[in-house]
Amino acid sequence: MDAFLFLVLAAIAVVSALNLVVQTHPISSALSLVGVMGSLAVLYLLLGAEFIAAAQMIVYAGAIMVLFIFVIMLLNAGGERLTRRSAYVKIFGVPLMALFLGLVSFVIQAALPRGEMVVFGAFTHGGPADIGRSLFTQYLLPFEVVSVLILIAILGAIVLARKEID
Amino acid sequence: MPDNFLPAGVEYLRILPEIILTVAGTLIMLLEGLAGDSVKTRNGPGYLALFALVAAIPASLVAGANPGFAFSNLLVIDGFATFFRVLVVVVGILTVLVSFQYLRRENASSSEYFGLILFSVTGQCVMASSNELIMMFIGLEISSISSYVLAGYLRDDKRNNEAAIKYFLLGSFATAFFLYGIAWIYGVTGTTNLDQIRYALLSHDVASSSILVGVAASLMLVGLAFKVSAAPFQIWAPDVYQGAPAPISAFLSAGPKAAAFAIFLRLFMTSFQPISGRWAPFVWSSALLTMVVGNFAALTQSNIKRMLAYSSIANAGYVLVAIATHSAIGTAAAMFYLAAYAFMNVGAFAVVTHFSRQGERFVNIDDLAGLGWKQPVTAALFSVFLLSFVGVPLTGGFFGKFYIFKAALDGGYTWLAILGLLNSAVAAYYYLRILVVMYMKEPGESCENLSPLAPGVSLALWGSALATLVLGIFPSVILNFARGSATLGR
Repeated sequence: MDAFLFLVLAAIAVVSALNLVVQTHPISSALSLVGVMGSLAVLYLLLGAEFIAAAQMIVYAGAIMVLFIFVIMLLNAGGERLTRRSAYVKIFGVPLMALFLGLVSFVIQAALPRGEMVVFGAFTHGGPADIGRSLFTQYLLPFEVVSVLILIAILGAIVLARKEID
Repeated sequence: MPDNFLPAGVEYLRILPEIILTVAGTLIMLLEGLAGDSVKTRNGPGYLALFALVAAIPASLVAGANPGFAFSNLLVIDGFATFFRVLVVVVGILTVLVSFQYLRRENASSSEYFGLILFSVTGQCVMASSNELIMMFIGLEISSISSYVLAGYLRDDKRNNEAAIKYFLLGSFATAFFLYGIAWIYGVTGTTNLDQIRYALLSHDVASSSILVGVAASLMLVGLAFKVSAAPFQIWAPDVYQGAPAPISAFLSAGPKAAAFAIFLRLFMTSFQPISGRWAPFVWSSALLTMVVGNFAALTQSNIKRMLAYSSIANAGYVLVAIATHSAIGTAAAMFYLAAYAFMNVGAFAVVTHFSRQGERFVNIDDLAGLGWKQPVTAALFSVFLLSFVGVPLTGGFFGKFYIFKAALDGGYTWLAILGLLNSAVAAYYYLRILVVMYMKEPGESCENLSPLAPGVSLALWGSALATLVLGIFPSVILNFARGSATLGR
């Protein structure tokens, strides 16, 4: 059952990701991204990462995607216009893509016979309590330092977006 | 999980510089809110930033006098961390000094500017002392995001906008590579602690999945090569350094670069040290390419900021030569060179800041014609930095290059040292060309109405020149410290 769910959702994620790139209208791309995020959330849940799954749903598939769509609608972005592709892309595009896929499959092949397979349900420390405990004990410092990161994000937004009053 | 998770007092002492800088950065933001517009035009935020940065130097030394781990081994305070902390803080001080006049001239508000510089330096301090991939990543992001904003600080200037958007897009791309590498190495070794990754790589069960380790290391190498502007990932640097405000170009090419080299060295000399034979070829080929691309592209530049950008790429190449030797002596040489490079580079950009005037109108090399007669002191100080870039004896640049090429020779990279030397001979051409323009050409209209050196710029110039000469005359002071702290992960 788990393996079946995994295969179905992985397929949905890959197809949505491809669709995201292929679509020419930004809204269709954004909606495909929701598909990727949603199926990833279930994959996390299958692996026992409950907290990450919930965060993925709420933050990525929810909040961030809403922002994406807001921005697309605000800019009133229309469909993508195809330009004549450059010569480099025509000549090198397909061979480089083939090379990349070959490399990836080689890496996966070489890494396969390790005999360590993921077992669904073997990992049980992904709940909010476990995450919270390690955030406030072992990973206290990164948790605190990230607040500086968020602060400069706000500061940067103010600097770059405010109206000049004077 | 540790039972007693409350950090001990000494651990707070070990992150004292970060605490001081963060508190001061927050205070600057509050000050603007409380005092309103009256603070804007005054230098208050700048003085506060300067005070905090100056206070961060003894704080770093105090932290360095209490070496050890902090916060569940997430940070390690050793000589290496102290060296880079002091270096990035000094770069911050010089940048702040240069910025006073610049902000007044460009009529820009100062509080966010100085706040962002303080936070950026905080991020660089975290990078210098991190012993853990997560901390490295957060430090890198703090440093980078504030740099993106600073590069586009003068919002109404098109060149600033271009610099910021290019830096942001390519920089985020690089960070994504680095982060993806972290995910891979965590997948292989099950840890993000640098020492534990090293032990895992030394043990046998990970050796069987060495290809995964290779993927992880190459992803991180790509991310870091972007950040230090090493070829073939240097493409963003000229546009960003040319477009950003001149004091920020000085800052970007010294502070964040030194911090990126700090995590580069720490990561590859501790965690990936067991596989050093495998990454060294990539690093030396990148070093060679970086030197060649940087020096030959700099030859043809007419814009001085762009030329200095290519020169900073070439200088990153020399540091990569030192890293490619993957030895403690190479690490020490890289540290020394980064210190020498920071002073001469910030100094050179400070002269550009002073000379370019409002709106950065005079940024061509030919505009400098006759500066040697109009403002002999400025020209003389600029000459010190240029001669140091060339690598003339009695300057920091000479010993920096000397130690790097010596490390390359000791490491068996004779041909790399020879090619590096040939490269620095090429570089002499474009540095000396500026000297020729300054002293041998008639002053044009670009030298009319040149105001005298502002006190802040003057202080920064004299300080950098003095440091360049001290590094050139008494190199052992810094070098011995670098040697003593260069043995990472042993």
